[in-house]
Order: sequence, then C-alpha cells, then structure tokens
Amino acid sequence: MGMTMTQKILAAHCGAAELKVGNFIEADLDLVLGNDITAPVAIKSYEALKAQKVFDKDKIALVPDHFAPNKDIEAAQQCKTMRLFARENEITNYFEIGEMGIEHALLPEKGLVVAGDVVIGADSHTCTYGALGAFSTGIGSTDMGVGMATGKCWFRVPSAIKINMKGQLNKWVSGKDVILHLIGKIGVDGARYKSLEFTGEGLESLTMDDRFTMANMAIEAGAKNGIFEVDAKTIAYIAQHSKRAPKVYTADADAIYDEEITIDLSALKPTVAFPHLPENTKTFEEFGEIKVDQVVVGSCTNGRFDDLKMTAEILKGHKVHPDIRMIIIPATQKIYMDAMKAGFIETFIEAGAVVSTPTCGPCLGGYMGILAEGERAVATTNRNFVGRMGHKTSEVYLASPAVAAMTAIKGYIASPEAE
Amino acid sequence: MKAYKYFDNVDTDVIIPARYLNHSEPMYLASHCMEDIDETFAETVGSGDFIVAGENFGCGSSREHAPIAIKAAGVEAVIAKSFARIFFRNAINIGLPIIEQADCAEECQTGHELSIDLKAGIIENKTLQKTYRFEPFPDFLLEIVNHNGLIEKLKEKGV
Ligand code: SF4
Repeated sequence: MGMTMTQKILAAHCGAAELKVGNFIEADLDLVLGNDITAPVAIKSYEALKAQKVFDKDKIALVPDHFAPNKDIEAAQQCKTMRLFARENEITNYFEIGEMGIEHALLPEKGLVVAGDVVIGADSHTCTYGALGAFSTGIGSTDMGVGMATGKCWFRVPSAIKINMKGQLNKWVSGKDVILHLIGKIGVDGARYKSLEFTGEGLESLTMDDRFTMANMAIEAGAKNGIFEVDAKTIAYIAQHSKRAPKVYTADADAIYDEEITIDLSALKPTVAFPHLPENTKTFEEFGEIKVDQVVVGSCTNGRFDDLKMTAEILKGHKVHPDIRMIIIPATQKIYMDAMKAGFIETFIEAGAVVSTPTCGPCLGGYMGILAEGERAVATTNRNFVGRMGHKTSEVYLASPAVAAMTAIKGYIASPEAE
Repeated sequence: MKAYKYFDNVDTDVIIPARYLNHSEPMYLASHCMEDIDETFAETVGSGDFIVAGENFGCGSSREHAPIAIKAAGVEAVIAKSFARIFFRNAINIGLPIIEQADCAEECQTGHELSIDLKAGIIENKTLQKTYRFEPFPDFLLEIVNHNGLIEKLKEKGV
C-alpha cells in the first residue's frame, strides 16, 4: 500500500519497510531543538535519566530567543541554565546572543535541517522545517530531554491531508494569506494528529520564505507536521545553506489521504485572522474600519527577508500613523544585516518604526511591545489567543507583512491592494 | 471530586500564560493556571478535581508547563471531546491522565461530582447519576502512564 511523504520519512528512520496509520514507532532523530523556555525543563528530565552523555553533540540545537536578550532576572537564570548545559556537553549548535535569531528562521539558515530529516523541537512551530521536505514536529520538554539522551522519539504514524495548489499569487498576496485561508477553511483542529502535505503545480511560484511561513502555521490547523514536496527551489536553498546532502522522499502515487483540498492561489486575497483564533479569517470586503494601536512585523512566521522587503516597499516614503506604534523585528542577525544592506532598516526608521534585535519578544507576550488593557495589534505572528500579546482584554489580528505595513500607515486595518 | 468545565479550543496560553514562563516550578505555575479565563480556578481547585472541556483542549504552544501546571494544581484527569496533539503527548509523558469522552464532556457542568476508574475505562458523573465508558489507552501509551511518565519508564528500562 502506498505511503505519504511523511510516512516514508518515518519508515526510513525506524527501519520499517512499511508503516500504517496508527502504528507506534520509535524514530531516530537527526536534530533535537530547544529554547530558553523549554530547554531548562528538558534539562531536568535529561538529568533525571542519568545518561552518561548526550546522544550526539552535533545534533542538538539550543537557541535563547524567547525572553532573550534576557528580559528579567528569571529569564536570565533560564538562559544561564541552558548556556551552562551547552558548555558542559560541548553542544556545537548553541547560539549565543549576537549570533542567535528566532530558532525557526535560524536553523534553516544555518543549514541544520535538510530534506528527509526527522527533527523534533520543544517548540510547537518546529513544523516550519517541513518547508524543506523534512519531517519536523513540535514536542514537549520531556521528549526533548529523552531525545537528547537517546536520539529517539516515539510517534504515532499520522494520516494526511493533501493540499493541491494551482495558479499563482497576485501581488501583495503571500504565503501568510494562503495558510490563513487554509486554516479559515479547515479550522484550528482541521488537521489534528495529521500531516498536511503541500503539492501541486502552484508550488513552483511560492518562494522559500512563503513556504516557511506556511509550514510554520501547520500547527495552527492542529497538524502534526506540514511538509512541502521538494523541488528545484528547495534543493537550491539547501545547497546554498547546508553542507549536508538532502534525501528526497516523494509520496507514492497510491498513497492514501484522508482528504484532498485544492487551493487556487490566483483567487486568494489579503486575509486577516480576527481574535481570538487563527481560524477566524476574513477578507477585506467582510469588515469595516478597525483602528489599531500597534503593528508588529516579525516572528518565526514572517520575520524573514522577503517579509521585510514587502514591508519596506509599502512603507517607503510614508510615515507610520501617529496613533500607531510600529515594531519591526528581523528574525536573525543575517536577515537584519541583509535588510540593512538593502536599505530597508533606513526606510523603517525614516517611517517612524522601531527596529529590534532578533527575539520572539512580543509574539508570545514576552516583552518589547506588550499590549495594555483593550489595545489592538495587527501582527505578522501566528497566534491571536486571549492574552497572547499582553493584557487578557487586548486583541491580536494576524496578517501578512503587506497588510501590517499598510495598517501602520493608515492607523486602521488596511489592505495593500487599496493603493 | 468536582469538575471545572470549559469550552472548545482551550489553548496553552490560557492554561498558563507566557508571562509566567520565566519560571518552571510546578507549584508556581499551578498558582496561575487558567487565570485569564477563570480567575477562581487556581484558588478553589482541590486535589482530585477534574477539568472537563470541549474539542481540541491544549492547542497552541508546546509548553510542557501547561500539563505540569494542571497536574501540580491537583487535577486528577482532564476529560475532553478531543485533545491537541502536543498537549496529548506531553500529558502522557508526565503521567497526567487525559481522556477523550465526548458525551461526558458535553453533559458535565462545573460543580458536578465525578469519579474515574482508569483501568476499567469508566467515568461516573454522580450528579447526573450516569456512567460513561472510554477506550483504554493502547498498550504503548498505557505503559508510559502506568510508570507515571516517560522518564520513570526509561529509568526502569535503562537508557
Ligand atoms: S516567534 Fe513566536 S511563535 Fe515563533 S518561536 Fe518565537 S514565540 Fe514561538
């Protein structure tokens, strides 16, 4: 019987010729990831196991990004715990402030993930690396601790939903709009326990940054992982960033899917997810003028080069509305530098936005832009749950960088297509 | 013991808001559990109480702090129509029983008296005088839960 991309990668990592949906397996891991919030808890689990040493010091990535650069004393302690663990265990891929970026933008950039890998991360957006044709999924701290000790993780083999894409995106419509559209359609639990497998002729027109954004939000549909078929763009990206060779797995022609969904990219419009769930999506003809207080461009969803480029194109020559605080956070040091060379940072500052060093910061209500009671933000992040960016009565509207930038200029949620 | 009833899509940001994630002490986390949707929960929940909810309980972030906070608050088990997958595996991995039983989750209200028999797969709602059956865990998961979590299981087997 045919297998999906995900099932094939899992089979290859547990020595099985064939896997069936629902099988419990123990898979070998190519990479185990943790951050300053989850790793300290995982380190406790790791220590409880009394392992002699980590399974492979080159296959663990530790990134202080959530509350780093340290937002307070407690956060500093957590970063210290992780830093000391990294030193003691000679972890190759520990990224100190100055080199660190938001983990899910950083790892692909550093070439740590290639097609065909099995990756676990104690962070739900670990699913981002599915853009590279890897099986990559979020787990908790116990799994991370066990993964660091044994190099293995238990999984239940998932079924899959196939997403067939056709056509091409219009100007000002990007990967964020595609994934918001999909989540709006199937709901925040529409892919629960399942893989989302993205394929079809429409794939070709999506940039790698579009794909990272889309795979990133697979978890917002409840998916175990989101994975893209590997094409020439994927191979070129991996060759440019990694020393490791990719392994390409394609779904069998007779692979079984629970469901197939076709998305016509050319029919999509700028899309906004209203509070307090990513599935509450609307397009601009469905709502009126909604004033906002803050605009955030950044995060593991939309803090990459293309995102900053789109933001700069719209902001160029304009001023941020006086009622708006605009915060722009390049996701990694390299993206920051590239944006600077391209002149985007100058455009941002001239427009009246602030630019922050890479950090998760406001995305999870950590720091660097917390919302007060009743305030509203448009953010290019991935979650708009109650209290996500601050006070429990504050509101987050999820959108693309293009919508965010236009909103910053207008003072209310605005479509880039309006210009 | 008594039930606390919530709705669909209770996410990990409300189970334990990120502003408290600069701590990882279970009792500290428990003291802020659910506070953005239920200010009284942390104060009134007692050992052996239950959380009952709708679909997709525990969606959102992978923070294990969420099941840790619930377990440390004294909750005996979470009963829901369905669970988000990372929460599901985190709860299993730390030995917090979670049960999918849609009818019980639908009919139960805050304050109802519940009791549960994990081995037999039975929930009793004493207030409604009704019992519900649920599928016992598959052997693979049962072994983890019976060891009170993955770490204890692996310690026994040796890493
Ligand atoms: S940017 Fe936001 S969603 Fe992404 S890893 Fe950081 S906190 Fe999580």
